[in-house]
Amino acid sequence: MTVAQKIFSEVSRRGVLTGGLAGGFLLAFHLPVRAVNEPVQPPDVTAGKFAPNAFIRIDTAGKTTLVMPQVEMGQGVYTSIPMILAEELDADFSQVALLHAPPNDKLYGNPTFGLQVTGNSNSIRAFWMPLRNAGASARAMLVQAAAQQWQVEPASCTTSNGEVTHKESGRKLSYGALADAAGKQTPPKDVPLKDPKDFALIGKPLKRLDTPDKTNGKAVYGIDAMLPGMKFATLAACPVFGGKVGKVDDSAARKIPGVQKIVVLDDLVAVVGDHMWAAKKGLDALAVTWDEGANAKISSKDIWQHLRAASEKDGAVAKSTGDIAKGLATGDRLDASFELPFLAHAAMEPLNATVHLTPDSCEIWTGTQIVSRVQSEAAKAAGLPVEKVIVNNHLLGGGFGRRLEPDMVVAAVRIAKHVDGPVKVVWTREEDIQHDIYRPVYRDTIAATLSEGKIVGWKYRVTGSAILARWLPPAFQKGIDIDAIDAAADMPYDIPNFHVEYVQAEPPAVPTGFWRGVGPNNNVFAVECFMDELARKAGKDPVDFRRSMLGKQPRFLNVLNLAAEKANWGQSLPARVGRGVCVQPSFASFIATVVEAEVDEQGEVLLRRVTSVVDTGIAVNPDTVMAQLEGGLIFGLTAALYGEITIDRGRVQQSNFNDYRMLRIDQVPKIEVHVVKSGEPPGGIGETGVNAGPPALRNAIYAATGVALRRLPIDRAMIAAGKKA
Amino acid sequence: MATLTINGERKTFDAPADMPLLWVLRDILGLTGTKFGCGIAQCGACTVHIDGKPVRSCMLPVGAVRDRAVTTIEGVGATPAGAKAQKAWLDLEVIQCGYCQSGQIMSAAALLATTPNPDDSDIDAAMAGNICRCGTYVRIRAAIKQAASQRQS
Repeated sequence: MTVAQKIFSEVSRRGVLTGGLAGGFLLAFHLPVRAVNEPVQPPDVTAGKFAPNAFIRIDTAGKTTLVMPQVEMGQGVYTSIPMILAEELDADFSQVALLHAPPNDKLYGNPTFGLQVTGNSNSIRAFWMPLRNAGASARAMLVQAAAQQWQVEPASCTTSNGEVTHKESGRKLSYGALADAAGKQTPPKDVPLKDPKDFALIGKPLKRLDTPDKTNGKAVYGIDAMLPGMKFATLAACPVFGGKVGKVDDSAARKIPGVQKIVVLDDLVAVVGDHMWAAKKGLDALAVTWDEGANAKISSKDIWQHLRAASEKDGAVAKSTGDIAKGLATGDRLDASFELPFLAHAAMEPLNATVHLTPDSCEIWTGTQIVSRVQSEAAKAAGLPVEKVIVNNHLLGGGFGRRLEPDMVVAAVRIAKHVDGPVKVVWTREEDIQHDIYRPVYRDTIAATLSEGKIVGWKYRVTGSAILARWLPPAFQKGIDIDAIDAAADMPYDIPNFHVEYVQAEPPAVPTGFWRGVGPNNNVFAVECFMDELARKAGKDPVDFRRSMLGKQPRFLNVLNLAAEKANWGQSLPARVGRGVCVQPSFASFIATVVEAEVDEQGEVLLRRVTSVVDTGIAVNPDTVMAQLEGGLIFGLTAALYGEITIDRGRVQQSNFNDYRMLRIDQVPKIEVHVVKSGEPPGGIGETGVNAGPPALRNAIYAATGVALRRLPIDRAMIAAGKKA
Repeated sequence: MATLTINGERKTFDAPADMPLLWVLRDILGLTGTKFGCGIAQCGACTVHIDGKPVRSCMLPVGAVRDRAVTTIEGVGATPAGAKAQKAWLDLEVIQCGYCQSGQIMSAAALLATTPNPDDSDIDAAMAGNICRCGTYVRIRAAIKQAASQRQS
C-alpha cells in the first residue's frame, strides 16, 4: 500500500466532508516538504480527525492540516490560502501543516474553470469566499461541540489560536480535544464571516510557510523525486515542429557506460540510463535522421506574413459602444499596429516527470498547474482507467503557464512504457526552450481619433492565437477568445465611440499557449503605448492625458496619481533619460507603473527606477503582493529587452540562456511597490507586473528619444537610428 | 570507485570521471538541493563550493574535484556566511518559487565569506551569474547587505 492509498483510506473512512469525497485520494507530503521516498508517519487510524470540508483536517492532537487547492509556484499561495482558512477558523497559523491536493475536480476544482487550474491570477479571487466559508463553518462546528460539552450557548464562546473559550467561566478546550465531538456536528448553514476589521491574519505581511525549506535544499520539486531503483532519461523531439523520427543508429550510444535503453517513439527519441549524465551522453551519441515533414520550410518571415494578412480582415466584435464610424470620422486620426513575438517560458526547473508504470497502475511525480488534467491525459497515454493513475504533485520551480499543459507528463508516460520500474524523464534546457508551447505572436491594430485633446473614437483589433479554443473549448464562443481580448475590451478610459474585435490566427507550425500575464500582455502593451502616441499628438503630458479620461474610474485615478507622485513625474531629468507610464486594467486589480530609463547613442537601455502602485482590494499578504509586483515587473522587462523566439526551417533558433537572455541582478534597478489599503474584495496579482513593465519601458524610451517602438523586444538599431514617429 | 568529501562527510561512489559533479550529487548521492538549470554554466542554479569558492557544478567533471572539500546547499548552513545568508533570505522573504535559490545562496555565501561588507558592484560581480526567473533580485541584493550587517555569531 502506498502512502497515498493509506492517506486516502484514512480520509474516506472519516467521510464527513460536505462535498463528499468523490473517489479522491490525498497525497503528497506535508510542508515542511520532505523527499517523497522518505518514510512518512502512517496515519493514526484509531484517533479521530475532524474533516469538515475538503480543505481542513484537525486531528485529536490538535494538528491542523490544510489541503491546498491551488499550487505553489512562487506566487505565495501556500501562505495566502492558509491565511484565509486560518483567519476564519481561528487556527494557530504558526502550527498549520499543508498538503498538496490530489487530482479531484469535485473537491478542489477552481470555481472559475471547473477544473483544478492554477493560473490567470485568480487563486485568491476564486477561492476567497469558498475558503472563508470553509474556515467559518469548521469553526462554528468546533464552537457547537464545546458549547454542548459545557452546556452553554455557542454565542457565549469565543475562539482564537486553535482554542474555544467560554468567557464567563474561563473554560477552554483545544480544537484537538474537540475534534471527535466536532465531527459529529451538523455543518451549519449561512455561517457569519468575520468583519474585515477583525482580521487578525489577513492583511498582515506574514512569513511564507514554504520558504524555510527553500533555503536549505530540503524543498522537493518534481525534478527532485527519487525512488528506489529509479532510472533517468532525457529525450530529443524532432527539432522541426510536427516532424517524426526517421532512422536511428544507436550503436555508439549503446557503448556508453550507464546507458540502459534506447527508446524510439514516432516523434522523439529518449535514452534511459543510470543517471542523467549517461542518458545525456547517450542521447548525444545517437545518430538520428529526422523526417522533418511539412513544417521544415516555415520561418519567422512566413509567420509574420500570415499574421499581418490575417490582421487585415474584419474580426468578431467583442465590444462596440457609441458609433465607431462616426467616432473615427471626427477629429484627427492616428493609426498604428503593435507586434509581439513568440516567447518561451523558461521556468528555472526544466520540464520533467517521473513515471512508474505497471500493467495496471501508473504513478506520477511532477509539478503541475493542472493536476486533474495531468491525471486524465496520463491515463489516456497509459491506456489505463483514470482511477489507476496516481499523481503526486510538488512545489513548482516556476510555472508561468508552461505547466498548464500536460505534454511533458504524456511524453514521460510514453517513454515509461518501455522501462521496467520508475523512470525520471528530464528535459535538457535546450529541449525545454525548443519544445515549449509558446506565447503567441500577436498583432494589434488601432485607429483612434482626437478631438479637443480627448479620444473620441477607438477601433482596436487583436489578431493572434485563440488559446482558449484549444485549452478550454467551451470558453471559446462566437469567434472570440476572451483571454486574447482581456484588458482591451475593458480598458478603463472613457471613450464615447469604442470598438474592439478579434481575429483568430493560429501561426503555422508553432504551438501556442498561456504565458505569464496571459491575454493582457499583448493588449496592455498596445493600448498603453498608443496612449502615449495620442498624448503627444494632442500635445499633452501622458499622465494628464490619461487622467482626463479616468474621471469615472476613481481607483485607477488614485493609483495613477500616487504612481506619478512617488516616481517624481514631471521633475526634470538628464538628457536621454525618460519616464514612461502604464495604467493597467487586469485581473480585477488597479495598477499604475512608472519606469525611468536611460538610452545611450547605440540604443542600449539602462533601467534606472521602477515605481508601481497597486490597489488589489484586500491584500491578503501585502508582502507577497509587493514581491509579485517586483518579480513580475522584472519578468516583463526581461521580455521587453530580450524576449523573442524566432523560427528558421521549422526550428526554434534559440536554445539556452546564452541566446534566450534573462535580466540579471546587475541590470535591475531600484523597484518600489506601494500597496494601497482597500476593503474591496481581493484582485489578482501574479500576472500584473509582467503586463506593466513593457509598455512603461517603451514609453520611457519614447520620452527619452522620441522613437516610438511598436514591436517587442525593443529594437536597439531603431533607437540608435533615432527615427521619430 | 571514487571518494569525495561533501559537507564534511566522506562519500564513496561509482561514477565516470567526466561526469559533472551536479549529477553525482543529485542522481547518485541523492543531494537534490543542488539544481539543474541549464547545463552550460549560464544560470548558476547548480552552484556549490569547492574549497569555499563558488563553482558551477554542471560543468565540473567529478574527476577534477579530487581531495578538495565540496559544500552544497544542504551543508552551507554550517558555515558562518552560509547561515547568515540563509537567515537574511528568510528575514527579507527573498524567495518565490525557490528553484534558483540554492545557487543564489551558495553564491552569496561565498561572497560574504571573502567580502564581509560587499558594495553594490561586489554584489553585481558575484551574483550576475545566477538567474532568477521569478525576479527576486531586488531582495537578493537587500538580503546580502543585511547579512553583511549582522555580526558574526
